[in-house]
Amino acid sequence: MFMTIFEPWNETNSKPFIEFRGVSKRFGALTAIDNVSFSIYEREFFALLGPSGCGKTTLMRMLGGLEKPSKGQIFIDGQDINTIPANKRSVNMMFQSYALFPHLTVADNIAFGLKRSDMPKSEIPDRVNEMLKLVQLDNLDARKPHQISGGQRQRVALARSLAKAPKLLLLDEPLGALDKKLRQETQFELVDIQEKLGTTFVIVTHDQEEAMTVASRIAIMDQGKLIQIDTPDLIYEAPSSVRVADFIGDVNLIEGNAQKMANGKMQIEWAESQPALIADSSAQIPNDGKITFAIRPEKIAMTKHKPDDADNAVEGHIQDIAYLGNVSIFKVRLTSGQLMNAQASNTRRLSRRNFTWEDKVWLSWTETAGIVLTK
Amino acid sequence: MNFRKYLFILIPYSWLVALFLVPFIIVVKMSLSDGVMAIPPYTPYLTLTEGWAGITNFFTNLDFENFIFLTEDNLYWIAYLSSLKIAAISTVITLLVGYPIAYGMANASNEWRPTLIMLVILPFWTSFLIRIYSWMGILSQEGFLNQFLLWLGIIDQPLTLLNTNIAVYIGIVYTYLPFMILPIYASLEKLDLSLLEAAKDLGCNRTQSFWLVTVPLSKAGIIAGCFLVFIPVIGEFVIPSLLGGADTLMIGTILWQEFFANRDWPVASAVAVILLLILMVPIILFQRSEQKQREAE
Repeated sequence: MFMTIFEPWNETNSKPFIEFRGVSKRFGALTAIDNVSFSIYEREFFALLGPSGCGKTTLMRMLGGLEKPSKGQIFIDGQDINTIPANKRSVNMMFQSYALFPHLTVADNIAFGLKRSDMPKSEIPDRVNEMLKLVQLDNLDARKPHQISGGQRQRVALARSLAKAPKLLLLDEPLGALDKKLRQETQFELVDIQEKLGTTFVIVTHDQEEAMTVASRIAIMDQGKLIQIDTPDLIYEAPSSVRVADFIGDVNLIEGNAQKMANGKMQIEWAESQPALIADSSAQIPNDGKITFAIRPEKIAMTKHKPDDADNAVEGHIQDIAYLGNVSIFKVRLTSGQLMNAQASNTRRLSRRNFTWEDKVWLSWTETAGIVLTK
Repeated sequence: MNFRKYLFILIPYSWLVALFLVPFIIVVKMSLSDGVMAIPPYTPYLTLTEGWAGITNFFTNLDFENFIFLTEDNLYWIAYLSSLKIAAISTVITLLVGYPIAYGMANASNEWRPTLIMLVILPFWTSFLIRIYSWMGILSQEGFLNQFLLWLGIIDQPLTLLNTNIAVYIGIVYTYLPFMILPIYASLEKLDLSLLEAAKDLGCNRTQSFWLVTVPLSKAGIIAGCFLVFIPVIGEFVIPSLLGGADTLMIGTILWQEFFANRDWPVASAVAVILLLILMVPIILFQRSEQKQREAE
């Protein structure tokens, strides 16, 4: 079957829908956004991910016209957004607190933006019903926001922000107030709705699982700077820096000195009287040779005896076990003193587990399992 | 257990009976009596020494003569209507003046708010009478306001302000402004700013979001403020008697004259009873709206 893969960012001739050009934002002495340039393409589900206070919300509020950049320009559909007033842009926002009008019914909340658009009065009820169906709230139109549940309020907020059929929808921590189970269900619903409507979505979140689930691309922000923009799998498997690797998921970081070997692979000296690690990496080794080797816990195999054919193997003993149900995390103290996390799927029942505290174990991984980071 | 529960309820109820119901019954009784030149200046008088005959005699001598008298003299119902009119107009003016002040206070920075609230409450620390007297000083022919306007050259002859209805309105709006500002401020302060951002996001300009979001969400404060001004102003008598003139007709002043100038306690009591009946309508409306508000929350 032939399938077009949606990757406009890899196509040379695709025109960006949103473009940030050298945008900075300062609040007094505080620099919230520091010289950011990037593009978002039409129909993308773009996630801004970062710890709280990293500037992701400010970046989104500038897109929504609620903040003005101190420096730089933002283009939507080729137009500088500073030239269009906020209430004339084809951009809508779903607020973190939902910001539903408490004095209006669900239907009136959804109709609020439509009444202020050029839509003829007679068409508004149909559009409201269409939106209510989209978020599966058909029978709640006459309720007030305080008479419905948190999950339903979230849907009303989504319906209200989509009612005007914006070209761009901004979602500020849209699922933050929901409990975990509902949040996971709603994430998939959001993706379905986005695919159905073809609207460009930009979501702000601090929850990396949420970003990985919904987004076509993720931008990682830290202290007002964009540190990496990539698809979820590349962000996870090929982080560009130690900070990204550390921020996304669990990772073991080992500092060491790298050298190119004759066969093009890399040899990493990481601890005295320990065999060097072998990694298959094309990273540019800096002049001083200092690099950080990053490896995810689930890429590490744990055995009782030293495996014969492993590319890399280190010895240690189990210091702690975190049993999470589907997986267990083993904290292994290496003979060189470092602590490493290894993850094992619990394919067997608990009573038949192989390893326990203080067991001597060997950790091993292939030469392509880890990443060599130079930043 | 039950007994203690009733005892607790009994305390506030006995206060209500002693401080509200008993004086009210005395006033109602007085309004049904006849005026005489004596001390006290009304009759009949309940004397228990005459036994059952005294009690029946007492009740047969009560009548509605004073209420009938009130309907026969135009002065009274004109005064009632005039009081309602003055109360309604001054409530509207107080709202128009008070809302922007409350709005400004709610939008002030956090460090300024306590000071601004303090400034609104501050006048209460001075005697109400003294403050009204100082308005006499401001509004009189040689008063500060006229001198200032003359100095500016806006007028070449002093304006007659004192002892007119304008002075009454100024006095009432000045006195009752805090009662309007504080409830409106309380409701505006609670307003979630993201609602205004949402309104902007959905296409409202500032005026639209003010009328569509801010005003409806401060409705509770507006209603509370209006009743807190309207209800006491109907019965107001100090301001009209000190600042008002011959053409200022308010039922509070009539009441005062009947009691003290005319010494006709029964008619004065009848005026008071009817005033209370008139006030009950807005008070019931006010409590209804409060209850609706509580149910909505």
